[in-house]
Amino acid sequence: APCPQWPYCRKRCSYCNFNTYVVPAVDEAAVRACLVREAQTLLRLSQVHSVSSVFFGGGTPSLASPGTVAAVLEAVAAAAHLPAGAEVTLEANPSSTSASRLAGFGAAGVNRLSIGVQVRGALPAAAPTAPRDAVVTALPPQSLDDAELRMLGREHTAAEARKAVETARGLFPGRTSIDLLFGLPGQSRDAWARQLEAALGLCDDHISLYQLTLERGTALAAQVRRGALPALPQDLLADMYQMAHTVLVAAGFRHYEVSNFARKVGCPRCYVPPWAHGRFVPRGEGGHSREARVQTLEPVAWMQEVQSQGHGTRSRVVLSPLEQLEELLTLGLRTDEGITHKRWGHFSPQLSLQAVFGAPGEARALQQQGWLVLDSGGLRCTWAGLAVLDSLLPDLLWQLQRV
Amino acid sequence: QEKLDMSTYPVESIRNFSIIAHVDHGKSTLADRLLEITGTISKTDRNKQVLDKLQVERERGITVKAQSASLFYNHEGINYLLNLIDTPGHVDFSYEVSRSLSACQGVILVVDANEGIQAQTVANFYLAFEAQLSIIPVINKIDLKNADPERVEKQIEKLFDIPTDECIRISAKQGTNVEKVLQQVIEKIPPPQCNTADPLKALVFDSTFDHYRGVVANIALFGGEIAKGHKIVSAHTKKRYEVNEVGILTPDEQPTHKLYAGQVGYLIAGMKEVAEAQIGDTLFLCKQPVEPLPGFKSAKPMVFAGMYPIDQTEYNNLKSALERLTLNDSSVTVHRDSSLALGAGWRLGFLGLLHMEVFNQRLEQEYDMSVILTAPTVPYKAVLSSAKLIKEYGKDQITIINPAQFPDKLSVSEYLEPTVLGTIVTPHEYIGKIITLCQDRRAVQKDMLYIDENRVMLKYLFPLNEIVVDFYDALKSLSSGYASFDYEDAGYQSADLIKMDILLNGNPVEELATIIHNDKAHAAGKLLCERLKETIPRQLFEIAIQAAIGKKIIARETLKAYRKNVVAKCYGGDITRRMKLLKRQAESKRLMRKIGNVEVPRDAFIRVLKREPDK
Repeated sequence: APCPQWPYCRKRCSYCNFNTYVVPAVDEAAVRACLVREAQTLLRLSQVHSVSSVFFGGGTPSLASPGTVAAVLEAVAAAAHLPAGAEVTLEANPSSTSASRLAGFGAAGVNRLSIGVQVRGALPAAAPTAPRDAVVTALPPQSLDDAELRMLGREHTAAEARKAVETARGLFPGRTSIDLLFGLPGQSRDAWARQLEAALGLCDDHISLYQLTLERGTALAAQVRRGALPALPQDLLADMYQMAHTVLVAAGFRHYEVSNFARKVGCPRCYVPPWAHGRFVPRGEGGHSREARVQTLEPVAWMQEVQSQGHGTRSRVVLSPLEQLEELLTLGLRTDEGITHKRWGHFSPQLSLQAVFGAPGEARALQQQGWLVLDSGGLRCTWAGLAVLDSLLPDLLWQLQRV
Repeated sequence: QEKLDMSTYPVESIRNFSIIAHVDHGKSTLADRLLEITGTISKTDRNKQVLDKLQVERERGITVKAQSASLFYNHEGINYLLNLIDTPGHVDFSYEVSRSLSACQGVILVVDANEGIQAQTVANFYLAFEAQLSIIPVINKIDLKNADPERVEKQIEKLFDIPTDECIRISAKQGTNVEKVLQQVIEKIPPPQCNTADPLKALVFDSTFDHYRGVVANIALFGGEIAKGHKIVSAHTKKRYEVNEVGILTPDEQPTHKLYAGQVGYLIAGMKEVAEAQIGDTLFLCKQPVEPLPGFKSAKPMVFAGMYPIDQTEYNNLKSALERLTLNDSSVTVHRDSSLALGAGWRLGFLGLLHMEVFNQRLEQEYDMSVILTAPTVPYKAVLSSAKLIKEYGKDQITIINPAQFPDKLSVSEYLEPTVLGTIVTPHEYIGKIITLCQDRRAVQKDMLYIDENRVMLKYLFPLNEIVVDFYDALKSLSSGYASFDYEDAGYQSADLIKMDILLNGNPVEELATIIHNDKAHAAGKLLCERLKETIPRQLFEIAIQAAIGKKIIARETLKAYRKNVVAKCYGGDITRRMKLLKRQAESKRLMRKIGNVEVPRDAFIRVLKREPDK
């Protein structure tokens, strides 16, 4: 799935360590040309025939003009088949979501919107930190209270956030998602409960909830380290996550991925691990492969590379069959559906899930302890297991390696 | 190379002496100056610690191995042979000092003009005094600003009963008055009382290992003569050898035709290991057996430490490094040992903490090896009362080094712990704090006296294990460095010892069991539990960390279970990084030790077991 990145923001949020830049002026035409070129090149290189999902991330993609979005989509449609039902998602910041702008995006081909609705803030944003060594499609975590918004350094108010979501729902009914952060320094259980309520009142049919991680190098992390802001105890964070699960499930949402909830509509592809929607390249007789790519991060360097060689990918490493299985396991268990026998079979025709994980060993023990389930539906986590997935994975990977 | 003829030095022209002093008072610098004055080495700026050949000696400014040097000096028309025997300057090596002294008839006692008499000044003085050696008091560093030689002279008079006018004030660094010292050596120190006509009797006071020539033993002749071709025997090992080479040290090896009674030098006789030439041993001719010289002791380790390679793949490298290093140090005892946590390794015995540190440093510098050192333990004893155990061990008193060997209270009539008699010299303003520190270490005061208006000397009987880890550091730090410490073995005393176990969710962790005095168990247990809580990673269930004596729990910490541990987002480039991290965690499962259902990574043991770094 093509994931064009618009790597610019107007301001950096205090918790953000993504690859984004705050610059006085953006040469939109140049960036557009590069995005178009890169999309063409990558599609051609990967030999993908049909695209089911396009995701505009960044930075703040809603700062790009609808024209740019349109140009990229045209390029995608020209290089591969882009069916009418394909998902085209755009991330948006409430401060760049006027009705006319959103309509423009819709006209350009966007049919899903993901809005960060940060809440509360108290501190100004920090200067941009050094770029990290991987591209991440970021969904800006949000909350719905002005004080929190300031602490997180967001550049909009709660009222603006509310308005943005309403506008979006008008234009993209049933296809608007809101992003919410929890576990903010100093946040109480009650405050979070109120947030959830507010979110439920506001949301469409998809919510993404992310636990705030204090990333090294961000202003927020520095403040917590200094003691200027209190870090939250582990138990409280666990409670908040549990609360979110309970409340949203009661409201009819399906908790289909670690951080994502959806109701009525099917689960959007963009949050589900890439393999789920055919992001692998058939090679030869029924073999599949996946690649690990490292992108050039800094926009100027990226643009130069795109101009000279067509794309800004620093390295591509083809994954071995074992590595693919490891990724399948790691990403697949993040969903409530887990890994079906059929899906596993695509990647491991000789050894079934049962053969690997059914025998006495780590997986069996985890099942007995109530974290995992292996049955006719496949291998997946229980709700409790999902919450501690990263403690289960090393054991499972170890078991997989031994086979 | 031409061989020297030593017969031109009759016994009356020989003086055998040593320089003794507290650490850093200038012993080695004085030795440098004496070598220069007598023309043994040429006078240059580069003569610093000439006799300290080991890198570690030069870096730390200490002498670890005794060296000797033969100096030639003409005084009032007579050619004298002056044998200087340099001694190790640290409390850990008092046995070596005593053996070197037994080859001498006198000593130069060096005292720093500012610091005055310190603990080792006293200790070494008594060693010389008991050996009935002549003592030449020398006050050094008179060139420094804070020098107060008059005060020091009074200290010497008071403590050692030596008249102040016998003291020679010098600056070894600048060479001031050093010649006078040499003259006093000749005039005050008697020649050795021995006869070349007697049968050969040679004392071994040190040995080194040379890869090409084998063991080089430093010897002092108490009677007879020795030359190439002689057939000799070791009193201790009873092994026989033929002498290949004899010579003197100037300080480099200088072969001679013979060595005669009263002279000091070296000998090479086909010995393969330094254990064959132990300090204090006596060598004599096969055909003429003699009474061995008194005072020989096998090296007795005072401090033990576990030594393990950082990784088991380094085991063989460490093994050969240890073999080579101990070639030149027969006072380190080596036993193979193994730990469930750390793999195969050794338990080494050292003469003291400095000895251990120097050893470790040499491993790093000379053999490029980094190791894990576990906290030192001392040799406890138990007097068995169980007939079954007595039969098993073959005796009724056993030495316990490993906690796993600790016999139960029911089978024991008495536990014993090793003790030392410690001497502390301190300015009086620190007395209170020091007394508290000593009491805290279960020490019993044996003596306290003022050695001058400002300084006090305290003698305490300490359990050895209370001082082997960080007593010295604590003493230095609460006295701002002014207090000094020296100790000697004082035998064993009865002790209320117990074995403390560490349990994780009720299962004992063998590697962490310790033998400890009952009074200290609670504090130690609590500390261990806290450290473990910080180093064991959280798991999917709660972990109870407990310290126990038998069935009684004396300390406890709880490590709560993970309730949430999943990364919020995982996209794009994140995935690669995530996989790397997870796979690394999966890999380390291999090295995990499972105690019941608790997974403990290897480095948790290391962090809990290793010695505290010097503060």
